[in-house]
Amino acid sequence: MIRVSEIWKSYGKTDALRGISFSVNRGEIFGLIGPDGAGKTTLFHILTTLMLADRGHAEVAGHDVVEDFREIRRCVGYMPGRFSLYQDLTVRENLELFASVFGTDVQSNYGLIEEIYRQIEPFNNRLAAKLSGGMKQKLALCCALIHAPEVLFLDEPTTGVDPTSRKEFWQMLRRLKEKGITILVSTPYMDEATLCDRIALIQKGNILQTDTPAQMVRSFGHPLFAISSVRRYDLLLAAREYPEILRCYSFGETHHLLFRGTPCPDIFKQAMRMSGFDDIEISPVDPTIEDCFIQLTSL
Amino acid sequence: MENVIEVNNLCKRFGDFTAVDHISFHVCKGEIFGFLGANGAGKTTAMRMLCGLSFPTEGEGRVAGFDISREAEQVKRHIGHMSQKFSLYEDLTVRENIRLYAGIYGVPDKETTERMESLLRKLDFSGEGDTLVAALPLGWKQKLAFSVSIFHRPEVVFLDEPTGGVDPTTRRQFWEMIYEAAAAGITVFVTTHYMDEAEYCDRVSIMVDGRIEALDSPGRLKEQFGVGTMGGVFDHLARKAKRGE
Repeated sequence: MIRVSEIWKSYGKTDALRGISFSVNRGEIFGLIGPDGAGKTTLFHILTTLMLADRGHAEVAGHDVVEDFREIRRCVGYMPGRFSLYQDLTVRENLELFASVFGTDVQSNYGLIEEIYRQIEPFNNRLAAKLSGGMKQKLALCCALIHAPEVLFLDEPTTGVDPTSRKEFWQMLRRLKEKGITILVSTPYMDEATLCDRIALIQKGNILQTDTPAQMVRSFGHPLFAISSVRRYDLLLAAREYPEILRCYSFGETHHLLFRGTPCPDIFKQAMRMSGFDDIEISPVDPTIEDCFIQLTSL
Repeated sequence: MENVIEVNNLCKRFGDFTAVDHISFHVCKGEIFGFLGANGAGKTTAMRMLCGLSFPTEGEGRVAGFDISREAEQVKRHIGHMSQKFSLYEDLTVRENIRLYAGIYGVPDKETTERMESLLRKLDFSGEGDTLVAALPLGWKQKLAFSVSIFHRPEVVFLDEPTGGVDPTTRRQFWEMIYEAAAAGITVFVTTHYMDEAEYCDRVSIMVDGRIEALDSPGRLKEQFGVGTMGGVFDHLARKAKRGE
């Protein structure tokens, strides 16, 4: 449904995208996972035909992003990262405007947005500017869907939204997928990666790895351990001084630890006890997407 | 242990609406305390009172040894503050920003110069002292903003959604700066609605509809609710919320 091949884009001396390639299958939720400045928004602009790449090719729904930009604009929905609705129009007016721009009306594809729209319907006559973050997000999604697009582009839809609204949002995406819509979604939050069918980790204009979340975690390739002590920060510093340790970084309540060669957790534990960490605990732990990201960026 | 923040029955009403509904808690010296809640739960209102920016309708609170109702100006002098949205002046250089904040908090000039240069060395920013903040990468801005917020050596620093949008490695460097500050005795009060961030705190409180519904270490909260992550704890509590956004 989306095919991206060797796309380059620079702004002056800054390379925003450095030869990016990936493809998204029909009906897939594909996640672009990476921090601010990774190039996610630039890529969205190129794929939604708002910007031209310097080099490379891309197709969306079988149309070339340069040659067939008009067709693409008709068949994609785009929810930009910054709130993109008309602040001085009401909820209903925004929805009607987006429908009319695409030559349709709210009724024609109502089934697609009904579930989401019902939640904001009580505020039909409220100005978009006066909506809360979660409601703006729902309205923006309705506006991006009102012409029944084949492909939906969502640029950081959950940034700044509280955990409960985020969860609801991802449930909505699953149901849109069931209706056959292909979704390309970007997020800086690693914990959202597991909610996608496939993901690409992206940083500084490069794709680090593309895979299903489960396969990516399996390919981590090193035994990973979690260590903890009441003296959390001291333990982190001490572990890094230990010669057999390749890498140690904080991970919530614990620290994650990689050994250089064959893991020797018992010897390490003993050594830390000797250094005064009487309460140290060490146990094997499954890597997460965040561990993969750290691993791939510290090679 | 000494309490740097102590709050009793703190309450804030706006007309008929009770934004903060009689909350009580304390934060110890050197502790990293996470202050969580959904959008609209009352976090920002509560934090504004703790920073001396808004007066309680009822109840009382002490921050860094000063009464938040009667000694708000003293409170402001003894705390630091950093927010994701605004902390540094983009059109000033790194050094100008440090000087400005040091000046506002009354750090003597000579001391400012010495501490500034050692800070720049520590951050590996020595080459960037005269760079406009607007030109720095986001991760650098966050590290600088945090360093500036504790430059006057406050007893407690309030961090409002501090680490959004940066890569996992930069984020960890940021948390290590927080650990280091806490180890040096600065109390850290963090608001966030990213639950994985909450796991880095010593203790966290979760606000629902203006009240604190849970308060403990992340480990004990997860145990109490029988879930594996702070996100699970949050879900349990947020489901009770009646107040809309």
